[in-house]
Formats: sequence, structure tokens, C-alpha cells
Amino acid sequence: MAAFPLISHSKRDQVFAYRAGLPVSVAQFLREVESLAQILPERHHILNLCADRYRFAVGFSAALLRGQTSLLPPNYTPSFVARLGQSFPDMYCLADSEVQLPDIEVMQYPQVPVKDDAAMPSVPAIPAKQRAALVFTSGSTGHPVAHPKSWGSLCKGAVAEAASLNITRNSGMAVLGTVPAQHMYGLESSMLIAMQNGLVLVAERPFYPADICAQLAALPQLRCLVTTPIHLRSLLSESRHLPAVAFVLCATAPLAPQLASEAEARFGAPLYEIYGYTEAGMVASRRTTSGAAWHLLAGVGLVQDENGSRMVGGHVEIEAPLSDVIAGNPDGTFTLHGRSADMVNIAGKRSSLSSLNHHLNEIPGVRDGVFFMPDDSDGATKRPLAFVVAPGLRGEDILGALRHSVDAVFLPRPLYFVAELPRDSSGKLTRAALTQLLERCAQK
Amino acid sequence: MAASLAEKELAQLIVTSLNLEVSADEIEPDAPLYGEGLGLDSIDILELSLAVSKTYGLQLKSDDEDNSKIFSSLRSLNQHIQTHRAK
Repeated sequence: MAAFPLISHSKRDQVFAYRAGLPVSVAQFLREVESLAQILPERHHILNLCADRYRFAVGFSAALLRGQTSLLPPNYTPSFVARLGQSFPDMYCLADSEVQLPDIEVMQYPQVPVKDDAAMPSVPAIPAKQRAALVFTSGSTGHPVAHPKSWGSLCKGAVAEAASLNITRNSGMAVLGTVPAQHMYGLESSMLIAMQNGLVLVAERPFYPADICAQLAALPQLRCLVTTPIHLRSLLSESRHLPAVAFVLCATAPLAPQLASEAEARFGAPLYEIYGYTEAGMVASRRTTSGAAWHLLAGVGLVQDENGSRMVGGHVEIEAPLSDVIAGNPDGTFTLHGRSADMVNIAGKRSSLSSLNHHLNEIPGVRDGVFFMPDDSDGATKRPLAFVVAPGLRGEDILGALRHSVDAVFLPRPLYFVAELPRDSSGKLTRAALTQLLERCAQK
Repeated sequence: MAASLAEKELAQLIVTSLNLEVSADEIEPDAPLYGEGLGLDSIDILELSLAVSKTYGLQLKSDDEDNSKIFSSLRSLNQHIQTHRAK
């Protein structure tokens, strides 16, 4: 049976990670994985909440050794985690800080004693077909929809990604991420890319521009930054001196071309973007300043027929149709013509408008309600707003109820109370009618 | 306790920079800014940190002090700014 090694680092004394400024060797990492694997409970599903990326990687790897699947939900609202618990009754949580989740067994990340004199552990091989992760989206009624990721697919994807970014394997480059490892982009581009290409993972996840610069500067010269448009924009407007990097990688939302040019000029390095979606993971990349076309990762192909567009081959396991509107080009690249009207993507968090509408209309006292995403073509971060018909309810009642089931970034801003929604004769709400309603509400 | 002049200015900065629907004097000096209170999230905090830097010349860092403590209320954020701002 085909198998892929847990990590591709070629020497045992190679640096595997930086944590609080100190190097962690490959041997140390492998021993820690082995120790943790021995004490994980006998279950099949793990919710790994470790904020420290190194500990997340140890937990993810120990789970792989034990044949356990890591669950990656789109949000951690009490409602979604409870639904996850119903679907996976044996789920437990691994955490490195205090967590407040209802009815879930929490295992605190242990202080694993690491002995230096122990024999060099060998690199474990994990069956390619083993289900490493289940990545979730929120279905239209808020129920979890699972997308399986096999270990082989994750490994092949990480190698293809590195090739598309011209990364030299085993170069020892340090990968600093401003995104968490708990969603697809962070998992692929801040953790697996390091594990499967002999690079160095960085445990910290800096937030403020000053922190990002300080963390970068503290790493050895060969380093790269994995980030999002929001972090990049604040970094460029805030920091006068940017530490040198090999490249900047950006994803989760469209990046304005001017921002990409400015980033390249200020960092003195190429800026790449990754395009992906939950079902397939990342599938294409581009250097934004070289043009709008996206280049498919090695082995991946684009199929367009009467059923729409889908990605096939390479590391792609599920040939799901794309919700975005894309056009294939003769040279094998493709151009993105529009994001799906139903998807809302804020700072890497995704939700569908239909799912948000479902949660809004589920609130007792709400007679009718709809979420609306304003035009974001000017590149600024936009928040969804909502119109609601709910006589007798106050704004805080509705926001309080939504907070239970909707991630905070999707809470309506603002929430407009209206007498009725401009539904047409068939009961539909058109974007034009809602745009007019918004103009009227905003004038008041 | 009523808001001080400096707190009122900061409240105005928060409302303007984040396009909030509330008016500046509706922000309670001691109410939490995160989550249940004013409802700010991490994207807002990043936006707000930029506005604070432009207005007060103070770059926020997460290792200064506990982040959640600084943003626990208008009052504590104002105190942090007044103590650390560029003189």
C-alpha cells in the first residue's frame, strides 16, 4: 500500500521548527509526536485547537500515527461545535489553553518530557489513503458538510504548491504565517508546506504589523511570509521598514493589484497568491503583478462542460463543481470572472448567505429577514448587513441570538429594521431591490 | 463613571474608523469592546490599531501587555494609549 512519510526532512538534526525564538530539531519533533501518540485517547476524531502552530503539528501528527482524523470546522460557535458533536459522538478536543466548549472532553496539551539521549526515531510512514482530516463547510441550513482529505492528497498538494512557488526543497527556509493552522489555507500553506518540503515551521502567529515585522526579523535570513490581504494591507500602511523575505504568499480574498505591486516593491520580493476552495484545497497560484491569469498546480486540470467548471487530477480527490465563475485560457491558465454570489469570505472565514439567512430566520420573533453583501470591488473589507422584519425585538436580541450560531465576522453591520422586505410577486428578493432598500435605509 | 474628554475622543475614533452604527457617546467607558459588548472582532482590532497608530503615534504590539486586557473596555484602551503614546 502506498504511503507518504510524515515529514520530508532529510537529516535528523535539521531544524524542524522555531518556537519562541529557539530551534526544535527534527529528532525532537519526532520524539514529541511519538510520546503524544502514546497518550491520546482511543477515539477516531480529534478537534485540534492548539494555537501554537508547532503543538498543532505535533497533535495532527500524533493523531495520524493513531489513525485519528482531525476535524476542521469553519467556525467554533457553540451551535456548530454542538452539531459536530452530534455527528461525531467520539470527538475530543486537544488544546493548549483554556477552552470553553460545551459537552466536549478536552485534553490539555501535555508537557511532554523530551530526552536527548533517546535513540533517533525513524520517520513514520502514513498510508496515502488514510483519512487525515475532515474539513467542514456550513450547509444552507447550518448543518456541517464534511470534505475528506486523505494523507496522500495533502502531501501531493504540499509538494505541488512548493513547486509552483519555486521553493527549493530542504533549503531550511522558515515559514511565518499570520493565519491559524485550523483552516485549509493555514493547514496547507503554513504547516504542510513546511513538513512536506523540508522547510522550517514557525510556531507563532503574529497579529499586529509591529509583531509581524519583529517575528520576521528574528528568523534567519531565508524566510517567507504567509498572510492575507487584511494583514498585508495593515503591514504596508503601518511599517516603514519591512524585513527581507524570499516571497510573500497571500490568499483568502482577492488582492488589489496596487497592493500587490506595493508589497513587491517594499519587500523586494515576489508576491504570490493561492487560489483554492474547500472541496479541492488549493489548485492554482499566480504572481499577481505578472497578470490576472491563474496557473494550475502540477497535475491539476480544469474541466468545463455543461455541468460547470471543476478541477480534476493531481492531489484533487473530489471533483466538486466550482462556485466561482472562471474561464479557461488556451495556454492552460484560467481567469477568475466572479466569486459566487452566495459565498461570503471575510478574513479567510467562509459562509454562504443562505446559511446566514437560515440562522437569522430561525430566531423566534423574526418574521422575515435577509443578509446582504455590499459591493466590495473597491478592495476594502466589507461586512454583511441584514434587513429584518421583527416587531417587538431589539437589535441586541437578534445579535445575541446570531452570535450563538454565526461567526462574529458575519454578524450584520448594520442591522436594519424594516416593515417588510421588497419581495417580488414570486417571493424572491433581487439584488436590485435590496440595493434600493439599502439606499433608503442609509439615508434615514 | 462618565467618560473623560480623552475617552470621548477615542470613542469617536472607534466609531469613525470602523463605520459603526452607534454614536460615540453610546459607548460605555467600562463595557467590553470585544464580543458581547460593542461586538468588535479581530479584524476591527487590526483596523483600530492602524487608526490608533495614525492618531496617537502608538504602535500596538501583542507582547506589550495582555491584548484582551487592553481591549477589554474603552477605558482600558484609553489608559494604555495615554501611558504609551509618543510624547
